[in-house]
Amino acid sequence: MGTAISLDLRDRAVSPAAVAAMFDHLRNVDARFSTYREDSEISRLGRGEMSLHSCSPDVREVLERCEALRELSRGYFDIRAHRSDGGLDPSGFVKGWAVEAAAGILDTGGARNYCLNAGGDVITRGEPEPGRPWRVGIRHPELPDKLATVLETRDLAVATSGAYERGAHIIDPHTGREPDGLLSFTVVGPKLSVADAYATAAYAMGRDGINWIAGLAGYAGCMITTERRRVWTEEFARYAATS
Amino acid sequence: MATVLGLVLLFSFKTPDAPPDSGLPLAVANGTPTPGATSPFGPRASSRPGATGRASSPPAPGTQPPSGGDQQVDGNVVSTQFGDIQVRLVESAGKIVDIQALQLPNDRRRSREISLFSEPILHDEALQAQSAQIDTVSGATYTSRAYRASLQSALDRVQG
Repeated sequence: MGTAISLDLRDRAVSPAAVAAMFDHLRNVDARFSTYREDSEISRLGRGEMSLHSCSPDVREVLERCEALRELSRGYFDIRAHRSDGGLDPSGFVKGWAVEAAAGILDTGGARNYCLNAGGDVITRGEPEPGRPWRVGIRHPELPDKLATVLETRDLAVATSGAYERGAHIIDPHTGREPDGLLSFTVVGPKLSVADAYATAAYAMGRDGINWIAGLAGYAGCMITTERRRVWTEEFARYAATS
Repeated sequence: MATVLGLVLLFSFKTPDAPPDSGLPLAVANGTPTPGATSPFGPRASSRPGATGRASSPPAPGTQPPSGGDQQVDGNVVSTQFGDIQVRLVESAGKIVDIQALQLPNDRRRSREISLFSEPILHDEALQAQSAQIDTVSGATYTSRAYRASLQSALDRVQG
């Protein structure tokens, strides 16, 4: 199954062409980065059929940023860790990065108030109605029809990693096993590419991930533990809905 | 207020337990204006107080409760490792207008480090979300519309 991407656009004046261009961009990224397409650049690069300098600038940018994230996360975000065949899997970064760029296309097209949700990774802009923030539910990790918490956001990115996530099965690259003690990890901040990668890395760290996020400027986090507790950083409380 | 809802299915990323699909968009629906659309949940079916809890003034079967008349439904006391939890649902004209905590564990203190906080997830928070309108869901791998439909069906069964 693919990832569902939904756009809730509240501006009347945005042209349909801008919306079409946004979805075209996402399809284009999919064609180049999908690890399930044998002919994608990322698959050919992983098999050694392409060199890095013959890849498109986008692929090079993604790999450079993934490497920077690997260093920042002390190896917990590692695009080489998840495939037994040694191939590259940058999907923990690419989805957020692509959706972030898609939001930029909407912004250029004049969109000011929208919510873009790509498989549970969310970008909100502006307000759904004047004076009201977007209300973003965080899925309960065990009960698909329930929420673990609710956020109120305007211009924000929200990414959640969890064991239930389709295809995720995030492992700790240092042990090769799934981390113990937590069910999901949500990261919020200005950029979805970063929030997505941080959520992946923090989840792989297990319960220590919340301390790692607490030390990163501009981003906040909340984990759900196996005891069904929320544990969050001080900054995260700014976004928690009070009603 | 115009609302445009678009949906596209793509990104055939890592899916160990299922065969990959083409990654092509399966559905695109743009440009459907819905003037005045504000509630993400749509009209709510009336609940059935007493299905799982004690209704203080249950309506006659198959009828709407009288307009303006509040009903209270107390959930069971649920014991957790953090303490007892009991929630009261207040309905008015078939809508959940309030959720009151009758009992909560006294466990909202800071944990671990000064910058971290912790508390248990309460049993009925999905209902709180419903009463306060959710626009979307993070961490759900399906669409928020599907989420709403699922949540709605759960609400229709009424949880105590």
